[in-house]
Amino acid sequence: MTATLSVRNLRVEIPTRGGVLRAIDDLSFDIAPGEVLGVVGESGAGKSITGSAIIGLLEPPGRVAAGEIRLGGERIDDLGPDQMRRIRGRRIGMIFQDPLTSLNPLYRIGDQLTETILTHERLSQRAARDKAQKLLEEVGIPAAGARLSAYPHQFSGGMRQRVVIALALCADPELVIADEPTTALDVSVQAQIIALLKRLCSERGASVMLITHDMGVIAETADRVCVLYAGRLAEIGPVRAVVKHPQHPYTHGLMSAIPSLAGDPDEELAQIPGAMPRLGAIPDGCAFNPRCDHAFARCRAERPHPYPAGASDAACFLHDPDPAHRPPEPVARAAAARGIAAADETPEATS
Amino acid sequence: MIAFAIRRFMQALGVMLVVALISFLMFRFVGDPVNQLVGVDTSPAEREALRQALGLNDPVMIQFSRFIVKAVQMDFGISYQFKQPVAALIASRLPATLELSFVSALFALAVGVPMGVYTGLYRNTLLARGFLAISLIGVSLPTFLIGILLIFVVSVHLGWLPSFGRGETVNLGGVWTTGLLTKSGLLSLILPAITLGLFQMTLIMRLVRGEMLEVLRTDYIKFARARGLSRRAVNFGHALKNTLVPVITITGLQLGSIIAFAIITETVFQWPGMGLLFLQAVQNVDIPIMAAYLLLIAFLFVTINFIVDLLYVAVDPRIRLGEARR
Amino acid sequence: MPDVVGKDTNGAAAARGPLRRAIESDLWYSFTRSPVTVVSAAVTLVMILSAAFASLVAPHNPFDPATISILDSFYPPAWMEGGDPRFLLGTDDQGRDILSTILYGMRISLAVGFASVLFAMVIGVTLGLVAGYIGGAVDSVIMRIADVQLTFPAILIALLINGVARAMAGPQSYDQVVLVVLVLSIGLSFWVQYARTVRGSVLVEANKEYVLAARLIGLRPWTIMFKHVLPNVMGPVLVIATINLALAIITEATLSFLGVGVPPTEPSLGTLIRIGNDFLFSGEWWITIFPGITLAILALAVNLLGDWLRDALNPKLR
Repeated sequence: MTATLSVRNLRVEIPTRGGVLRAIDDLSFDIAPGEVLGVVGESGAGKSITGSAIIGLLEPPGRVAAGEIRLGGERIDDLGPDQMRRIRGRRIGMIFQDPLTSLNPLYRIGDQLTETILTHERLSQRAARDKAQKLLEEVGIPAAGARLSAYPHQFSGGMRQRVVIALALCADPELVIADEPTTALDVSVQAQIIALLKRLCSERGASVMLITHDMGVIAETADRVCVLYAGRLAEIGPVRAVVKHPQHPYTHGLMSAIPSLAGDPDEELAQIPGAMPRLGAIPDGCAFNPRCDHAFARCRAERPHPYPAGASDAACFLHDPDPAHRPPEPVARAAAARGIAAADETPEATS
Repeated sequence: MIAFAIRRFMQALGVMLVVALISFLMFRFVGDPVNQLVGVDTSPAEREALRQALGLNDPVMIQFSRFIVKAVQMDFGISYQFKQPVAALIASRLPATLELSFVSALFALAVGVPMGVYTGLYRNTLLARGFLAISLIGVSLPTFLIGILLIFVVSVHLGWLPSFGRGETVNLGGVWTTGLLTKSGLLSLILPAITLGLFQMTLIMRLVRGEMLEVLRTDYIKFARARGLSRRAVNFGHALKNTLVPVITITGLQLGSIIAFAIITETVFQWPGMGLLFLQAVQNVDIPIMAAYLLLIAFLFVTINFIVDLLYVAVDPRIRLGEARR
Repeated sequence: MPDVVGKDTNGAAAARGPLRRAIESDLWYSFTRSPVTVVSAAVTLVMILSAAFASLVAPHNPFDPATISILDSFYPPAWMEGGDPRFLLGTDDQGRDILSTILYGMRISLAVGFASVLFAMVIGVTLGLVAGYIGGAVDSVIMRIADVQLTFPAILIALLINGVARAMAGPQSYDQVVLVVLVLSIGLSFWVQYARTVRGSVLVEANKEYVLAARLIGLRPWTIMFKHVLPNVMGPVLVIATINLALAIITEATLSFLGVGVPPTEPSLGTLIRIGNDFLFSGEWWITIFPGITLAILALAVNLLGDWLRDALNPKLR
């Protein structure tokens, strides 16, 4: 089956006066039809830029410098602006973080909805308005008919995001990119919105690229998850595998830093020392090597590409299957103790 | 909404009172009103009698309230220069200034807004850079210089348009004299209107451009694009509307500025308006005219500001309809 | 292999000298990147210098009655027919060399311009600091006055103050104080922008920790305001000042042109234009056009500099 979205060796560059920055460097992943792929990483890791690159809305001077992006098998990264515009909304939908600023404050909700509907479908005004009302009902807005004439600021945050979802989904796109859709919302509302998004997309058979820094949301909602670090792929795999048996030292650090209700409340939270490097100062070799407990000489010299590591793929030399490049024994042992198995060993079931 | 209107009205009233106070102080205490009205050979006794008759020895507060009452009745006393009622003088010159101001404002809007939109949307084209260069010149050159240069090129060299006066005017009902109904009147209006409006036009252009650039960077524009809306819908449906809302209100405020700047244009073109009258008053220390002009301008400004504020509320639904219901 | 992992490159930068830092700073970069700005800066500099040293640079002294002769009047510019190479840009109705009058006039224009801006800045910044820091009734009063004043365009206020001063001083003594009155009236029409900006910054800064710390130590309010808060708000103030300079020069020129500014005995560029205006129709256009062009170039150059400064210091546009 053709993947809904297929990204290969994507490179996004931002020319600045200090040189060219690589915001995304050689990123590859697929999203299958109907699948929810979580994209996680710290601020600045390149999550949002990936989403913007896919939908063709990179802020200049950023640009796609290399790689391929395929939607349903067809290349979309080399399309002209008009062709790309026709894809946006109709085949790829996007949701942004802050629902208040995502909606034009001077237009009524109903008008914004009908305008979007009419852009993608030939309907009468009447029919478009009916469809708008149905969409509002679908996303759970009470008294939808009356609310069509309301303005964005008359909705609460959660309701606004529902409207945003309705707007993004009204043309039934095959891929929905959700860029931090709940970060700006109250915690109590976040779960509802995520559940709504997931339900609507699975009903329509749409794939979702869920960008967030919140692992909790990913664990609940995603089928697979991809972890970004400094614009590069660190690990990608099924959610359970990545969360419970992370195979990349960075992912492992991330998971360990999440406090668990079952843990000892007096125990200090594990931290990864240091900070993610700025784009202009990415170290040679593996981007994570200065902070990695398991780094060895090769890590500082070469850049690792994703290797199969159990159920997921991890860009770490610990998983290089080539016997000529085994990591030093002590390193391999320390990693294995953490559940990060070397290539030819099966991961320990630690939970 | 009503509460807002009342509050703004009270503020306007407050400003008017302050200006009235300044005007009164000027009127009464700068220079000596009596000395201005009589000849040098009037005896001190006669001067004192005149002072008494004019009520100049009464308590200040009483004089102030008298001043306000008279002002409301449009009685501003007698001009020192012309020995005529100030109100009548100003009234006769008002139409000239107002006509000039309105035509200038129209010119500024009609040219400034499209130029601003264009340079906001198409930032790097040659035409956009050309517009920006013109705007820089418009902002840098003093109004009078623009007037002189225009006169020099168009009137002196090319002889196309007249360079002073209003041309022939038509008297409407004894209240208003208009130059809009005669050919010479219209021709005479062109150069002064351009001179007066050029500065405003560049301001509007830069304002529209700035707003446009800001709006184009917002999330809702990005979301509109992400929804696949056409370029026209994004640029003109969304961006333009959001740009124009603050622009319209600021432009309204500029109208007052135009009326004040008319002083300069009227001087360059010998346009018989209020501004020229005021300038002569400053040169000849004709306090009654200065005071009256100040009050009138303040009244115009305050009224315009007030209307613009109401307009803003009417146009922006966030203010009109209040905050979110949970 | 050099170990550049995660190192803070800014730390390394601070170790270099201040001059190096200035040259490598964003400001200098955007300055040299824009040829227009460099040219404007150069032009402004040349004009300021030639005005400051007018007595050395000018070929004649147009205000020394001994050196001018009415026989020299109305010479056209040297390159035109009937011109005289002694007077490069021609002469006016009294035989004064236009080029020299322009140089001397520019001196007055610039002097009044700078003085007004300085005056406005001092008053505006002080009032802004006071209003922002002390707050309460003082703040309300100052801001009310500012609001009322802002309703009116600067030129009107300048004219008004001018007229009142004229009335109060009486015709004779007025001439002696005319320059002071001009600086005062122009300065007073511009202080509001400074006050508002500074007040806004003060309100933001006053809540910051370093101010609270200073108060805890027991520093007096004036010290805190001037030594600590002020340096942080000077950035936007400088931008306003530069943009204001062009406006001040133009306002002075306008007032002089209208006849209520600098008198013809020691004319500024505006006065020169006014004098020459009478001869525009009779053919001696150079008497007004050359001072006009000079004023235009000066205003344009200063405006461009101000524009660049504002864009360069605006964090939003980076």
